[in-house]
Amino acid sequence: MRDVPELKDALDLAVARGASYADIRVVRRRQESLSVKNGTVEGVSMSEDAGFGVRVLVNGAWGFASSSKLDLDEALRVAGDAVRIARASGAVKQRDVRLAPVEPVTGSHATPCKVDPFEVPVDEKIQVLLDADRLAREDERVRVSTASMGFFEEEKTFMSTEGARIEQKRVESGAGLSAVAVGQGEVQRRSYPAAFGGDFACAGYEFVEALDLPGHAEQVGREAGELLEAPQCPSVTTTVIVGTNQMALQIHESCGHPSELDRVLGTEASYAGTSFLTPEKRGKFRYGSELVSITADATIPGGLGSFGYDDEGVPAQRTPLVDGGIFANYLTSRETATRFGEMSGGTMRADGPHRMPIIRMTNINLEPGDWTLEEMIRDTKEGIFLDTNKSWSIDDKRLNFQFGTEVGYLIKDGAIAGMVKNPTYTGITPEFWGGCDAVAGRDEWHLWGIPSCGKGEPMQVAHVGHGSAPARFRNVRVGVGKW
Amino acid sequence: MVGAKGKALRSRDHARVADIVLNTSRADQVEVAVETADTYLTRFANSEIHQNTGEHTTEVVVRSVFGQKVGVASTTSLDRGAVEETVRRAEDIAKLQPENPGFPGLPGPAEYGAADGYCEETAACSPEQRAAGVAEICGLAVKNGLVASGSFSTAAREAMVANSRGLLAEMRFTRANLLTVAMSTTGSGYGEQFSVCVGDIDPRQVAEEAVEGCLADAEPGDVEPGEYEAIFEEYAVADMIQMLAYMGLGALAFQEGRSFMSGNIGQKITGGNITIWDDGLDPAGVPLPFDVEGVPKQKVVLIEGGVARGVVYDSYTAAREGKQSTGHAISPLPSAGPFAVNLFMAGGDSSLEEMIAATKRGIYVKRLHYTNPVHPVKSLLTGMTRDGTFLVENGRIVRPVKNLRFTESILGALGSAELVSRETKLLPLYSLGGVRAPAVKVNRFTFTGVTEY
Repeated sequence: MRDVPELKDALDLAVARGASYADIRVVRRRQESLSVKNGTVEGVSMSEDAGFGVRVLVNGAWGFASSSKLDLDEALRVAGDAVRIARASGAVKQRDVRLAPVEPVTGSHATPCKVDPFEVPVDEKIQVLLDADRLAREDERVRVSTASMGFFEEEKTFMSTEGARIEQKRVESGAGLSAVAVGQGEVQRRSYPAAFGGDFACAGYEFVEALDLPGHAEQVGREAGELLEAPQCPSVTTTVIVGTNQMALQIHESCGHPSELDRVLGTEASYAGTSFLTPEKRGKFRYGSELVSITADATIPGGLGSFGYDDEGVPAQRTPLVDGGIFANYLTSRETATRFGEMSGGTMRADGPHRMPIIRMTNINLEPGDWTLEEMIRDTKEGIFLDTNKSWSIDDKRLNFQFGTEVGYLIKDGAIAGMVKNPTYTGITPEFWGGCDAVAGRDEWHLWGIPSCGKGEPMQVAHVGHGSAPARFRNVRVGVGKW
Repeated sequence: MVGAKGKALRSRDHARVADIVLNTSRADQVEVAVETADTYLTRFANSEIHQNTGEHTTEVVVRSVFGQKVGVASTTSLDRGAVEETVRRAEDIAKLQPENPGFPGLPGPAEYGAADGYCEETAACSPEQRAAGVAEICGLAVKNGLVASGSFSTAAREAMVANSRGLLAEMRFTRANLLTVAMSTTGSGYGEQFSVCVGDIDPRQVAEEAVEGCLADAEPGDVEPGEYEAIFEEYAVADMIQMLAYMGLGALAFQEGRSFMSGNIGQKITGGNITIWDDGLDPAGVPLPFDVEGVPKQKVVLIEGGVARGVVYDSYTAAREGKQSTGHAISPLPSAGPFAVNLFMAGGDSSLEEMIAATKRGIYVKRLHYTNPVHPVKSLLTGMTRDGTFLVENGRIVRPVKNLRFTESILGALGSAELVSRETKLLPLYSLGGVRAPAVKVNRFTFTGVTEY
């Protein structure tokens, strides 16, 4: 069911039953996952799903219904359900929903893809994973090695009663490996290029080939083994240099989420919480040092948080969130942007056909500075370099955070002085970013893809990007807890 | 297609899909799992409904086996062509793989225990009924000058697993969950109820719990991080149990040496008054008679009187130890490992009032927020307190305090558990399961940081 007349019939029915606005998204997705572990193929799976969702505004209140049964009768039934649900919403209403205007678009968009990953033979992909997995176990201290790839394709049609009709297609590819060493009462993991499945992009199989998992596997296994022997991270307040991978999660949790205007306005309060970036802070609050500029950019080709149009039909945009350390803007939708009398920032996305769009991060990027990692280390008398995320937690206003990383390296007198295990660091968001006194340049900047950002009820998983470079922070507490 | 004991399968759609898969398969073995779900969620914030959804979903998962080569494919369409294509795809995937010597074969037919997890009233719950419940909560919040947020969800699901060895299992189950956070300008309170049957949920009680908690949480003050006695309400204890399950109550982490249970079976790992088990058939939880492989759920005692007793298994991990699966598979592939989703912690003989009275200087915790493992083998967890944190001195709550961060070994903390409540509360565990937990007072708990509110 993608024919315009069928979709229009569903929208017409919603209007006939009282909707002042309605949109419909038809989404078809397929996903291939491959994983190997300790020399054995753990799983290869291919999933396909399809469905549609109808969102309506009736008497200023939202209703949404969806189905995986793609035919006209079901579309009409679902449109009717959405209207009934919206009327029920209207029973508990403080104000009418208003939508910022948007020019209805007829258009299409596709993400870049050189080599269709679904056309690459499964056995060829498995062989790459088996090679990487074998090399990661060259170090005899490694008990568990895993390597995995994931590919995702989505085709989406959006139509609204305002006249929009948009077709979009995205292809995503990613891969990663990890080694877990066990011994002496310790369990230590190293991963490449990142933990939790690796790195992802809107790209074809060429992205996975460039990662060269086998070429990095031996080092990953060796470092996992070395961590077993490493001393515990000391408990001190010191200078921290955060590596580019860990920086991606630091941006995600302490800038990306608190900048979501729906969260700021309270709509996530009962689940993940609200935000310390309250509306009166916009344009004047010092979020970080002058070196800290963070941008939301959905227009970067290949970014996992890139797209042509959001799920309200608003074109992708680039928006500064933090400009020279000052909090500048939010991630917004058509509904929330009206609070400031502005146009939508185009960040509404839904996790498939069965979810109502909510504000999601796009590519949230720390803009590069003019240092290098080597210069930062050389310029640090005493400190610690931390990289590759292992654990994360942040309070429900996004102020008090604590992260753990896979590895830490002590810095003494401008040089690396040895590896430490179980490093953690903690802080209060604006104090932490306020202590930033160096950011590495474009050469060490990398756009990471994270396909697992959870938000909302019912849970929605978004695919987002974070551009980041290593950066240095003063007076950070590391080595939290009793070990 | 007929089900166990010759009865016709409840869902004709599921029976038809099973017939298509079993009759078109060319694999040595084949399994098909079908789930149909109608789920509704009414979400509110700022004392109004802002998101209100209903979804009808289906999923067909086919696992095809050639020797010890396994392929899995799925579709959301019940059309014959789509189902046949999914079977072909699963077979193609399997054929291209090397053998997996750890694959034990598909499970055989089984008998299933009675597990009544279905409530007609929940399945029939309307958007208007959910809105009425939300209206009651928002009304009480507004009357007290507070703002209410939360969600009211109801779901009805039918699931079936069939395989070429003759296994055939089907179940239907419902869930209802109402939760709310009441907020003032300085504090917050929480209330939640969860059940198979929506009729068990009392919006007024949920509202009163959250509103009273919020009013008590006004103008929280500072307290220094450090080691305290601590009282955890059921919400916080349920969170800890869920994290224990995530970190190490499944056989995969246990076998790989990544679990706090690894090498410790028969050893005392926590307090003598701590007993935790999994039981998919107990009506005091949210019953689920079988897992995604169609294997009947067994009751598994995990920790008994503080002693590590066992972990839960799926077919893969059970075969590694020459055991039978305990019915805890959550995926047809081995990578996820088994998971305990029907958890219980034994109650004691105390009450929250008695715990407060027994505390010289401690922290009272309503619930936890954003808990995450720091070191699974040490059961080391970090997270924040939320929606009501109070200082207790000389047997009484003296004032609310700002939320605290903790970084602590959960088994270590429970090792100092002095009191466990008689009352237990059922709370949701991820999307399908439940955990029934008591409140607990521990003598030592390390808070490592503080936030600004």
